[in-house]
Amino acid sequence: MLELNRVTAGYDRRDPVVRDVSLAVAPGESVGLLGPSGCGKSTLARVAALLHRPDAGSVVLAGAPVKGWRYRAPQEQRTAVGVVFQQPRLSADPRLSLRELIAQPLRSTGRRHEVAVRVAELAREVGLTGELLDRRPHAVSDGQLQRACLARALVLRPGLLICDEMTAMLDASTTAALVSVVEAYRAESGAALLAVGHDRVLLERWCDRTVRWEELDGTREPAEAVGARG
Amino acid sequence: MADLALRPARGAARRTRVVTSTCVLVAVALAVLLVPPLAQLDQQAVDLAAKLRPPSPAHPFGTDDVGRDLLLRCVYGLRVSLLVGVVAALTATVIGTAVGALAAAFGGWTDRVVMRLVDTFSSIPHLLLGIFIVAMFRPGVWPVIVSVALTHWLSTARIVRSEVLSLRSRPFIDAAISGGASRGRVIVRHLLPGVLPQAGLAAVLMVPHAMWHESALSFLGLGLPTHQASLGNLVQSARGSLLAGDWWPTLFPGLFLIIPTLALAGLAGAWRERINPRRRSELML
Repeated sequence: MLELNRVTAGYDRRDPVVRDVSLAVAPGESVGLLGPSGCGKSTLARVAALLHRPDAGSVVLAGAPVKGWRYRAPQEQRTAVGVVFQQPRLSADPRLSLRELIAQPLRSTGRRHEVAVRVAELAREVGLTGELLDRRPHAVSDGQLQRACLARALVLRPGLLICDEMTAMLDASTTAALVSVVEAYRAESGAALLAVGHDRVLLERWCDRTVRWEELDGTREPAEAVGARG
Repeated sequence: MADLALRPARGAARRTRVVTSTCVLVAVALAVLLVPPLAQLDQQAVDLAAKLRPPSPAHPFGTDDVGRDLLLRCVYGLRVSLLVGVVAALTATVIGTAVGALAAAFGGWTDRVVMRLVDTFSSIPHLLLGIFIVAMFRPGVWPVIVSVALTHWLSTARIVRSEVLSLRSRPFIDAAISGGASRGRVIVRHLLPGVLPQAGLAAVLMVPHAMWHESALSFLGLGLPTHQASLGNLVQSARGSLLAGDWWPTLFPGLFLIIPTLALAGLAGAWRERINPRRRSELML
């Protein structure tokens, strides 16, 4: 489903955050990517979600090589990946109600007629009541907002879901609820999952296999990587 | 808990401010729209026998140095000044917002070229540029509007550009891209609404500035003709009598300039809170 081949990426060409990393996620597979904070795993997730152009390396998504990133990626390719970010506060436009937040991808892709049905369906799945859907982000909790962000990521039924520290800001019961929503969606749709995080216990229970960042980082010895970045 | 206790009071204070501002603006709008057609009085009627009379029941604001009724002159002046201020400020804001948003949204070379152009325009004193523009036309309302609008979009362009630059790196823009949004859609649906409060506020704050430019140009004999009442013209022509101790020809046009402006700013503040709500936790910091 997703192949990252020798990806080097970062925000300064002279000092990339991600060096020469390769990672593959098979269709239907769930992979957990474990790493300490600041190691570059979020950058790698952004590359995989076509939101950050790598300096070197290649990405293959659903069998097709990725040629453009961000706006330059074809719409079908971008929407084949659903992304949930770490901080729901920052990943929600403060001016939109939760209902509109979830509906945005449908509107962007010209599927306005599906809005009413799909939003109601997803709101039920993630556990948001009708009254909450009419509120704007500042009037709901982080957990409720992250539920809406997860619904937004699922609304176009992506073949790959990327959860970048999705539950880092949340309590245990909300974490459990969100993970079970993701698993229910995967069971029904056969979608693959790349879950990025630093919570080893959670990722090992959640995913088919977990990969440690140090194993991917081709340029560093594992011990050195832990010592330098941990 | 303190926050919960404060919330109703803050809401009430905001409502009071909005209601007061709205009332003032409605009164101003009614005055400038209804008085001229209904009053059937000649604001230019000269009565040299009654020149520089202090406020009295016959002339609530007094009379000016050729005996014209100041209340009537103020209403007509406010009408002209508001027209110049609002139209010029809106035009300047639209130009500035478009330029700033496009420069930031596209980035790279577009951004660099556009912003150097803005710098070049900024390096010319804008009153000088304004004089240059009005000097090409016959004196009147429209040349003043064009001159003020064309010289005042620069700061808005800068504000909007920096605001869009900060917005476009937020994760919610990433989320929109991931959801299939095109660049145009991101600009129209997420970036422009995000800068509207700042642009709107810039527009409102520019209204008095534009009014002052109108008066400066009028003073130099390049703006509105002197027989045409505008708040700038009124204040200017009152300068001489102020030194002689006649305060009313200066005070009333001055109040006519300040009060509607404060009302506009009050509404703009409430509008910003409405359209771009801050979280309660942020407000408590």
